[in-house]
Amino acid sequence: MGVISNGTTLLDAGALDSGIATGAMTLIKTITASSSANVTFAHGASSVVLNNTYASYLIKYINVHPSENGEQLKINFRDGSTAYDATKTTTFFRAIHNEADNDTELAYRTAQDLQNGTGTAHLTQGLGTDGDQSASGELMLFAPSSTTFVKHFIATTNTYSDDDYNYTTFVSGYCNVTAAIDGVQFTMSSGNIDSGTFKLYGIK
Amino acid sequence: MGLISNGTTIFDAGAMAGGFGGSMVFIKKLTASNASTLTFHNGSSGVVLDNTYKEYIFTFNNIHTANDSGKFQFQGNAAGGADFNETMISTYFHAQHNHAGTFTRLGYRTAHDNAATGFTMFTEGGTAENERSVSGYLHLFNPSSTTFVKHFTAVTNNAQSDDYCTTVHISGYFNTTSAIDEIRFQESAGNFDGDICLYGIA
Repeated sequence: MGVISNGTTLLDAGALDSGIATGAMTLIKTITASSSANVTFAHGASSVVLNNTYASYLIKYINVHPSENGEQLKINFRDGSTAYDATKTTTFFRAIHNEADNDTELAYRTAQDLQNGTGTAHLTQGLGTDGDQSASGELMLFAPSSTTFVKHFIATTNTYSDDDYNYTTFVSGYCNVTAAIDGVQFTMSSGNIDSGTFKLYGIK
Repeated sequence: MGLISNGTTIFDAGAMAGGFGGSMVFIKKLTASNASTLTFHNGSSGVVLDNTYKEYIFTFNNIHTANDSGKFQFQGNAAGGADFNETMISTYFHAQHNHAGTFTRLGYRTAHDNAATGFTMFTEGGTAENERSVSGYLHLFNPSSTTFVKHFTAVTNNAQSDDYCTTVHISGYFNTTSAIDEIRFQESAGNFDGDICLYGIA
């Protein structure tokens, strides 16, 4: 049975009619890390959608807590095989301010960027393992299914570091491939992701 | 006929009731195919750009210039205006890194900020190479206000000529208390391809 209101079909055959205005940001998947070696969103696995269904994707990572002190949250992308090793070029700059209020900086960090590299890309600097220390932020991935263009991404993260600094890190770049990107993987530079919430949204 | 569940109206008059569709509402997608401009004008072609929402977001997916020297840029019109010449005050800084790993930069760019009535630039400069493009987003706050200036913030990432990755951060305001109801995107030189989507944030 359908539902028709004022001559407009609203519900039919078990689904909202495509003409009905709904939210543009759809939660696809939430993964909660618990002593996890990685957190992975791979298209087709565990209900993850990461293809041409949406124009762009937003990943929010909330209170990511490492198992080892001073390690960084990192990311990589899958571009056709099972390996997370897409070639990337990135920029990395940061603003910092410590709790002692005697150090601030705004600077580019060559040690954390990538130049056509296949390794993991830094999203943060060193996270702390104190009980109240973590990192939170978001990454937007544009048109990952394109087979014409490189794949742009933009991330902003705030970190409570192991040395009691507030680090705001700005990371942007592109996967320098024309193959579709169908998987995203988060890891720590060493050790596990002790805890944290990762949410994948599709933006239509 | 409407649909009422437990006293709550779910649908009525051919539309979903407020609060059921999420807070980020897709309004309009425009696709450029060798276009000189893309324009979102309140009331035209289904575009909403008024006091319906306090915040609007434009996303750009793979803006590809036809001209190597083209810079992606935007301007607005106050309601009733037609010339896209509002005074815009903006900041512009960028981070750059090349594929060879021989060059990095973080810096303010006075050549790309704005304190006049021209278009505000999102990028350094494009490239017509097939796989190169610009993606990013622009937030526009409370464009219908007739009390305040109209703030905006934007971030773009550019796969640029000469194998440079350039990230651009822009913020500023339309220095007018008139409502802004029209936003235009274009290249500083030549035409472009790509998708631009407009969303309202409830």
